[in-house]
Order: sequence, then C-alpha cells, then structure tokens
Amino acid sequence: MEPVGIDQHRPSTTTARSRRVEPRRLPVLVAAAAAVALAVWVTFLADGTPAGPATENPGKFVVTALDAVTFAGLLFVAASGFTLIFGLMRTVNMAHGSLFLLAAYIAIRVQEAMVGRSRNIDPADVAVLDWLVPLLVGAGVAAALGLVIQQVFLQWNEGQELRQALMTLAITVVLADQMLREFGGLAQRMVWPGAVTHFLSVMGERYAVTRLFMLGVAVLVGVLLWLWLTRTSMGMVIRAGVDDRQMVRALGINIRLVFAITFFVGSFLAGVGGVLGASFAGAAPGTDGSWLLNALVVVIIGGLGSLKGAAAGSLLYGAVVAFSPAYLPSQYSYYAIIMTFALLALVLAVRPYGLFGRPA
Amino acid sequence: MTVRGQLTRRNLVLAAVVVVLLALPSLATAFFVNFVMTQTLILGLAAATIVFLAKYAGMTSLAQFLLFGVAGFMFGNAALEAGARGLNLGWDAWAAVGFAIVVTTVVAFVLGAIASRTTGIYFLMLTLVYAVIGYFVFAQIVEISGPGGITSIQRPELLGPPVRLYYAGLLLSVLAYLGFRSLGRTAFGLALQGVRDDPIRMASLGFNVALHRTLAFTLAGFVVGLGGLLNVWWNGQIDPASISIGPTLILLIIAVIGGISSFEGAWLGAFVYVLVFTYLRDLPLIDRIGITEARFNTVIGVIVLAIMVLSPEGLTGIIHRLRGRLERPAAAAADTSTGGPLPLRKTEKEFGGTRP
Repeated sequence: MEPVGIDQHRPSTTTARSRRVEPRRLPVLVAAAAAVALAVWVTFLADGTPAGPATENPGKFVVTALDAVTFAGLLFVAASGFTLIFGLMRTVNMAHGSLFLLAAYIAIRVQEAMVGRSRNIDPADVAVLDWLVPLLVGAGVAAALGLVIQQVFLQWNEGQELRQALMTLAITVVLADQMLREFGGLAQRMVWPGAVTHFLSVMGERYAVTRLFMLGVAVLVGVLLWLWLTRTSMGMVIRAGVDDRQMVRALGINIRLVFAITFFVGSFLAGVGGVLGASFAGAAPGTDGSWLLNALVVVIIGGLGSLKGAAAGSLLYGAVVAFSPAYLPSQYSYYAIIMTFALLALVLAVRPYGLFGRPA
Repeated sequence: MTVRGQLTRRNLVLAAVVVVLLALPSLATAFFVNFVMTQTLILGLAAATIVFLAKYAGMTSLAQFLLFGVAGFMFGNAALEAGARGLNLGWDAWAAVGFAIVVTTVVAFVLGAIASRTTGIYFLMLTLVYAVIGYFVFAQIVEISGPGGITSIQRPELLGPPVRLYYAGLLLSVLAYLGFRSLGRTAFGLALQGVRDDPIRMASLGFNVALHRTLAFTLAGFVVGLGGLLNVWWNGQIDPASISIGPTLILLIIAVIGGISSFEGAWLGAFVYVLVFTYLRDLPLIDRIGITEARFNTVIGVIVLAIMVLSPEGLTGIIHRLRGRLERPAAAAADTSTGGPLPLRKTEKEFGGTRP
C-alpha cells in the first residue's frame, strides 16, 4: 500500500524535521525562558522555601545539587539497562522494575545470611564484601531471570512491540504478586558497608558519604558500559544493531546471540540499580512500579535507546526531584510531583522523541 | 446504508444481548445484577475507550483509568458539603456532574495535546507516566483527594435504587458502543484511521495530524469520565489507591483479554474479569492448589500472558478463529458484508516504510 524500501527511511525523516522547524521556535523559547526563570528564582528570589535563595544560603544549594547528582547516578544505572534493551531490540521491557525489586530482595536476603542477623544490622558489622557479594548475587539472579523471560516470551515475536510490552506487563503483575508472597509487605533495607557510612562536612552541612559512594558505583557502571560499547567487538555489533538490525543480520552476525547477551546485561543493570536503590531507600511492594516510572521518565526525556540520553535524562530528572521540594514555597512542597510533569511536557514539546532520541 | 444492510448476524446477536440485558433484573439475582453486571458495564465502558484509541488512532493508552479517577474525584469534591473530606463545594448533584465532566475533558485535552506527536510504544510509555504521576498528584495533594480518599458520596436522586444505576450503565454502554462504531465511518473517523496508517501522507494532504490525535484522546476522556462518574456512584467513595498502577494495568488487561481491536471485546473482557474476580474463590479445590484470593493477581497475570502468547487479538480473536475453522467459506463472505471500519494495518514495520 505504500512504497517500501530501506532507503525511504532517511529522506522522509529529514523532510519531516525541516517541515516542523517553524512551529518549534515557540516551544524552544518557552523552554529557555523557563530555565532562566528557574535559575533566577533559585539564586535570588526563593524566600520562604525550605532551602532559601542560593546567594543567602549557599550550603543548602550545594547539598541540593549534590543530592541531584547522586540521585541521577542511581537513575542512570536503573535506566541504562532499559534503554540498552530498547535501543537494540525495540523491546520495551515493562518487567524492568520487577527485576529491580527482585534483585533488591535477594541481595537483602544474602546480606542477612552473610552477616548472620536478620534485623537491625549495624553498618559497622558490614564489610565491603558483605555488600558486594549480595550485589553480584542479586543482580545475577535478575539477569538470569531476564534472560529466561527473553528466551521464552520475547525471542519469537520480535518486532511486535505492543505485544511484547503487554507480555512484560503481565509478567510484572505475576512477579509483583509472587514477591509479595515470598518477601512480605514490609519495607526492607540493605545496609551500606561500614567503611562508607560516614558524614562529610560540605560548607557547614553534613553530607552522607554513602550517597557519594552510590554516585561512584554509578559512574563506574557508566564507564564500564561505555568501554564495552565503544571498545569491544561485541559493543561494535550492538551499536551497529541499534542503527540497522537488518544490515547486521545480513552480514552474517548471529543477532539472536547478541540479543540474548544484551538482555542479560540490561537485566543485570536493573539488578545493580535495585541493590543500590535498596541500600539507598529500601525495598517494598510498589518499589517496582515507581522505579519503572523513574526509568520511563528518564528515557522519555533523554530519548529511547541512547546512552547519552539516559545520562542527560537522569541529570535533568534528578535535578527536578532534588530541587523542587527544596525550592518550592514551604506550603506547596507537595506539588513537587507536578514539576516532574512540567519537565516532561516541556521536553516533549521541544523534542517529541526526547533530547537524544530519533524517530523509530 | 440500508436497514437491510444492518441486519447482519453480528448486529442481530448484539441486539439480542441488549434485550437480555434489559430483562436481566427480573431474571437474575440482585447480587448478579447490581454487583457483577453493573461493574462489568462500568469497566467495559472505560475499556472501550482504550479500544477506540487503539483501533482508530493506533494509540494504546494507559491514562484512561486516571481520567476515570479524575471524574470521580471531581464529582466528590464538588458534590459533598462541609464536614466531609475534599474541597466540599456542596454543589447541586447535576452541577457537580457537569463540573466533573468538563474538568475530565479539559485534562484529557491537555494530556492528549502533549502526547499528540507520539504513537505506538512511545504513547504507551508516556500514558503510563501520566497514570503514575496522576496517582502521585492525588496521593500527595490532599486538598483535592482528602487524606485517605473521599467517602460517603451520594448518587443523584434520579439514580437512587441500585437497579437504575445498572440501567444507566447499560444505556451509556450501548450509546458508547454505537457511537464509537459509527464514528469509524464519519469524516473524522476516517481521517483518524488515515493518521494511524500514514501520518506523513495525511499531513501532506493537509490534515492536522496532532489535532486529530488530540481530539480523539479528548473524546475518549469524555466517555471514560462518564464511566468514572458511574463508578464513583457505584462505590460511594474514591481514594488515591484506587487509581494506582495496579488498577490502571487491570483496565488495560481487560481491553487485552477481550481483544484490543474489538469494541464488543471491551465488555466481554470486563465480564470475564469480574467473573474471575468474584467467583474464583468459590471454585471447589481452588485453595488446595495454592490459588487463594490473595494470589488473584497471579491468576490474572497468567491469564493475560497466556492470551498474549496464544492470540494477541484476545478472546474475540480466539472466537473468530474458531468460527473461521468451523465455517471458513461463510465467514469470509460475512466479513466483507459487515461494513465495519477499515482493517487495522499490520504492526510489522521491519523494513521501515514511510512512518516517522
């Protein structure tokens, strides 16, 4: 019914883009004006907010900025696996949040077994290995389950995006229910290793070293991921696959194997995020849904399938999450969630496919 | 189309179903009518808007349950008087109905306008984000949701007896069904299906693609708002947890069980869901094999997974396939004469095509 050809793809997108340039100017201006207004508000005007204007209370500002960056690190770890899987396979893995929570629960169990106590674990009793081994076990289980899901449910219906999304949604429902049965409904916590459980003094404010440690882990994950994707032959195949799956296949590369490995790594990243998240804020029923939301917001802002986008989206979203409760007037702090929505609307108005996204 | 053209087997069966449903209050127990069937009609009405968006516009929406809840909350805020939770505007019941519908439609318009440049999987994700953010808005801003929800919401006097609520649900369901089906043949409906199939071509023909999608979403929001009003009257209360991610997924699951591209499927899926939800615990031996009420979500999840593995077209798809196997030649002839909307385009797009 329409002329079909691989080379049809590029010209049509470029014409679409140039056609849309004119009406885009207004949203860009609005976005720029909003950014400037927010900067002025935070710097000079924010009286009556929990933090106060940055010029009067620079300590609070620095702490909020650190909060933003460290939370962005966690967001990046959680979202990078999601965006990696989507970029290569066009599969929206709605079970990402479930894998996140499963890894958290398993890591908590393993840590309890290693320390030998099930409640009130003192950070001083937790050696670095008592944190690192549960991390690897939890993330490994999540990765294995992710691989099973991909092999059983997603491998044979490749390309049917909605069907895959709905299947993983159904898996989410089942997993959430089974985790509730197995691990109960109470919030549980992973304990940071004692070596990093200190406080620093930042411009007169106390700041937890654990958050900086979390950022460090996230940066390490990001660097390893970047090295894997840009410096190894497997990463080269994955990047080629993101650009053009058909061509990679035509060159005789076993893309099935590449898909399986990518799904394994993506699920592993979800698991690492889950263990970090459980150490940072605990794990409970519902954590899976809220972290699926976080991953979705990050990739919608940053653009699906782009690692750069995941980093940029994490920073923007992390900034909104950290700054809006601190710099909204006190009686309106509850409205912080609306700022997330405003960010999303603003980004989508300027770039419908996210900051670094391309039309699929 | 002539009257004779409308007398297909499908329409006759549907007319018979409506007649049975009209007579149902004198045939079945009060529990079955007021609990099972009223809930089926309300959820079916809401799920039909998902089907409408998916079938005509290619947009699978997870935000419908949020709009469903917005209508309920707005009615609760406007209709209740002082002493209750929420805004307590204390308006007349029908003024509150108008207010709730207007707010829901405006919210749908704004959300639809923001999402109007995305389709398919992006739209699904964006509406999931809407749903969760909407839940947090109602959970955190207690001025409009009351701490722990708005309770003791009264129905307008006209709908006092429960059976009238059932008839209201039936009336709205029939109207929505007929309206959505005939919309497929109007200029707007045809343009919408054109936008679904090839937005670039439609744009170059002078159609405003984003506006068509926004209006479709707004219309769906209006209809689901009506369903939300029925729901809040049926429940008598509404709280933020009732629009959290779980129920949101359930509504999509209802649409999927029935078959996401069939309007009948919306009500069929709702019926199956409510039946399972209501009667599962009564089945003999069901708790022996570890399936108790508490594991209900696992059962629903497994059912959906099985349906998606077997037939992405849901129960209606399975029925069609069975019928096709029984009477292949006759079914082929019947399909061409129904005069339904344009066939859904295949979702395969491995080789690109001209879609952005």
